[in-house]
Amino acid sequence: MTTGILGKKLGMTQVFDAEGKVIPVTVIEVGPCTVVQRKTAQDDGYEAVQIGFGANKAHRVGRPLMGHFRKAGKGAFGALKEVRIAPDSALAAGQEIHVDIFKEGDFVDVTGQSKGRGFTGSVKRWNFKGGRASHGSMFHRAPGSIGASAWPSRVIKNMKMAGHYGNERVTTLNLKVVGVSPEKNLLLVRGAVPGAKNSLVFVRHAIKKGN
Amino acid sequence: MSLLKELEKSQIRSDLPEFKVGDTVRVYSRIKEGEKERIQYFEGIVIGFHRNAASTTFKVRKESYGVGVEKTYPLHSPLLEKIVVKKKGDIRRAKLFFLRKVSGKKARIREKKDWLVKKGVAVPAEGAPERPVEESAAPGAAPLSPESTETKE
Repeated sequence: MTTGILGKKLGMTQVFDAEGKVIPVTVIEVGPCTVVQRKTAQDDGYEAVQIGFGANKAHRVGRPLMGHFRKAGKGAFGALKEVRIAPDSALAAGQEIHVDIFKEGDFVDVTGQSKGRGFTGSVKRWNFKGGRASHGSMFHRAPGSIGASAWPSRVIKNMKMAGHYGNERVTTLNLKVVGVSPEKNLLLVRGAVPGAKNSLVFVRHAIKKGN
Repeated sequence: MSLLKELEKSQIRSDLPEFKVGDTVRVYSRIKEGEKERIQYFEGIVIGFHRNAASTTFKVRKESYGVGVEKTYPLHSPLLEKIVVKKKGDIRRAKLFFLRKVSGKKARIREKKDWLVKKGVAVPAEGAPERPVEESAAPGAAPLSPESTETKE
């Protein structure tokens, strides 16, 4: 089996556990993903599968890509992703991968594209404190000093300043799987995952938990 | 219906009685102490709901030995054993947070008229349309009948 699968973030809610405690969960519609291509050490130099997720309209796909999809025989996909697998894996093009590769109590890593925040000040982007709002304060949300004058007489590299924030690839590690619903293809993980609702996410077994 | 809404619906309890802000309720909740489990009740006035599908909570306030105590319960929590409605309040706002600042006579909540009628305490006002009085209904235990379309006096 693969270690990861593609899905769609549906949003957050809460569930009650066996003890009646409230658990904040993110609901992810995971899979089913289709193996579009099987890569082997012999042909490609490494062992992997390319998985496709989310139906796409045929007229939105270029002809070369459509020809690639045709080999799997399951129509066009909206997203493709390559996942490494063990060399002895029996996965072949056309086979489906479902959410049941995860079970309750597992730990997963979730990768997504974080929400874009545009040009952002240093308070929001770097959690600077900022100054007080009133009583003659002239230091509201300004970054403060960015370096000395005599030496080094320049701004050192990677200084935390205002700029573009968000809309980048973010991975949240070690999220606990609270529930799996194979019939609805739903995965419930504890806590927040990167990205907006309905955005594409990649879920894999947590690498730092020995997977 | 979206899958998320469907999931939230599956979390919602429907066995609890209907109650509103201003009502006096007794909330029985299960409390686990080590291995033992017991049931504790808390009685007070419902001073507000935070409505959000499965995450809905409500606040109950009471005066305990001169100290105001408030508890917030998740409405759909499996730890709630039962809720008994003791009184129906007649109030005009959604949140009764003003009760935190008042005490004594100011902190009273007027009881709903047709609730008294249903209990058999009061007689319906002259000219008011007749309604069947549920005899078997224990106070609060039974679900309430739909609101009447009584005209204001």
